[in-house]
Amino acid sequence: MGMSKTGRFSWYYFSSPQSFYPLAGVLQPWFAGLAVALCAVGLYISFFVAPTDATQGDAYRIIFIHVPAAWMSMFLYLVMGFWSGVGLVLNTRLSSMVATALAPTGALFTFIALWTGALWGKPTWGTWWVWDARLTSELILLFLYIGFMALQAAIDDQRRADKAGAVLALVGVINIPIIYFSVKWWSTLHQGASVSMTSAPTMAKTMLLGMLIMALGFWMYSIAATLARVRCVILERERHTDWVAAEIGGQS
Amino acid sequence: MNWGSWQNFLAMGGYGLYVWGSYAVTLVVLIAEIVALIARRRGVIERLAKYYAARRRNHETEA
Amino acid sequence: MIRALGWVLRRDLLLAFRRRGDVVNALVFFVIVVSLFPLGVGPEASQLRNMAPGVLWVAALLACMLSLARLFAPDHQDGTLEQMLLAGEPLVVLVAGKVISHWLMSGLPLVLMAPLLGLQFDLPADALGVLCVSLLLGTPVLSLIGAVGAALTLGVRGSGVLVALLVLPLYVPVLIFGAGSVGAVAAGTGAEAHLLLLGGFLALAVVLAPWACAAALRIAME
Repeated sequence: MGMSKTGRFSWYYFSSPQSFYPLAGVLQPWFAGLAVALCAVGLYISFFVAPTDATQGDAYRIIFIHVPAAWMSMFLYLVMGFWSGVGLVLNTRLSSMVATALAPTGALFTFIALWTGALWGKPTWGTWWVWDARLTSELILLFLYIGFMALQAAIDDQRRADKAGAVLALVGVINIPIIYFSVKWWSTLHQGASVSMTSAPTMAKTMLLGMLIMALGFWMYSIAATLARVRCVILERERHTDWVAAEIGGQS
Repeated sequence: MNWGSWQNFLAMGGYGLYVWGSYAVTLVVLIAEIVALIARRRGVIERLAKYYAARRRNHETEA
Repeated sequence: MIRALGWVLRRDLLLAFRRRGDVVNALVFFVIVVSLFPLGVGPEASQLRNMAPGVLWVAALLACMLSLARLFAPDHQDGTLEQMLLAGEPLVVLVAGKVISHWLMSGLPLVLMAPLLGLQFDLPADALGVLCVSLLLGTPVLSLIGAVGAALTLGVRGSGVLVALLVLPLYVPVLIFGAGSVGAVAAGTGAEAHLLLLGGFLALAVVLAPWACAAALRIAME
């Protein structure tokens, strides 16, 4: 598998949905397992290794999911933009399918970042919602994800949906840094940034370690979820091919 | 970090609602996605199986 | 190329002139939305002065967005767009012409109307000037980004709401620095930085948006 006729490993082999489908099926449980293991270690660190913060008490433990979720939400949009671009330039169907499959998971992490941000803000700032730079950019990012999914859902023609979504994702990728920078400028202008979510000075090391491991866990989870979704998308879109007919026929 | 007792662990120094609210919703959302993915896969396979069965029947009647 | 640009511009402006109602409607919408705010929040002058930049800019955003439906849809329906695609002129030029005419019909009237509405909100004269300049720099960006959204949703069901969903988040930087520039003058800190950044956005949008829009149009017309 994955070898061309000359015996060399070939990436192009896996760019066809037919050969990627079984590969995704093999890889998916491994990534899921890694996600569970990493999250378990991360949770252990965040609850049993990291000590109570002097100023914020135990409320700060929310950042062990808030910050990794925020990282993932932005990272996944970039990955989505990357595969959209590949799909647009090289005209590979699989890349577009991956982009489509990434969007819901990305939106999910954006929601988690917003939810945990609100729950962190209440004890720390005294309100559920603060127009702080990260929360505001996350909100706009959520709108971008929803826009991408809504656009793809509204277009019936599959090829057009792929390409239109790709153009939108690329426009979004160019805009995200600009939006983030604007919102940051705006929020520092309107309120002296009181407590930043990442600037707890003490025990920075264990905190960073916990956040990194949780982020890795979320990353593995995203890969597992995306692979699972890509497999569904492949089956749906390739239903007219013989190999899907054989695949399904063999299962029922 | 030694919590001493379960009560202390659940109380989270008085921030239990916020901390556990965050972790619980994150867990629920991720599990919801997993369930949705499993359901979607089952649905796709079921739909396609019906589709292929219908197609086979059509071929047979045509032949 | 310049001739093609001029041709598209002249044609679109002529069509817009024949259907003056559309242009006037967007402008009236702008005026009404802005005038509703004092009724909603009360007539206290200092509060209104504080709100004015944001209210005027958000209303401008919405008015600009409303007119996006007219940008490509009529030409798409009567087949003109397809003819234009086949005409052999670079698509980017056609897009540029349409965007310029869209801005002349929807952006420019807002720029001219804004100082009058600013007076309703008791804005001082220097703030009114900056408001005009910021709108002058910002509304073309709105037209450029909006054109991409309009092209992406061309002929798609429910495209009106969809365009809003796609385009409004992308308008955020323009809103922040547009409204921020007026606020900065009111606060006495000077609006140069804001206006420079708006100019930067305009330059970036001029360079990138027509290509994205042309690509989106090709995808829509396939």
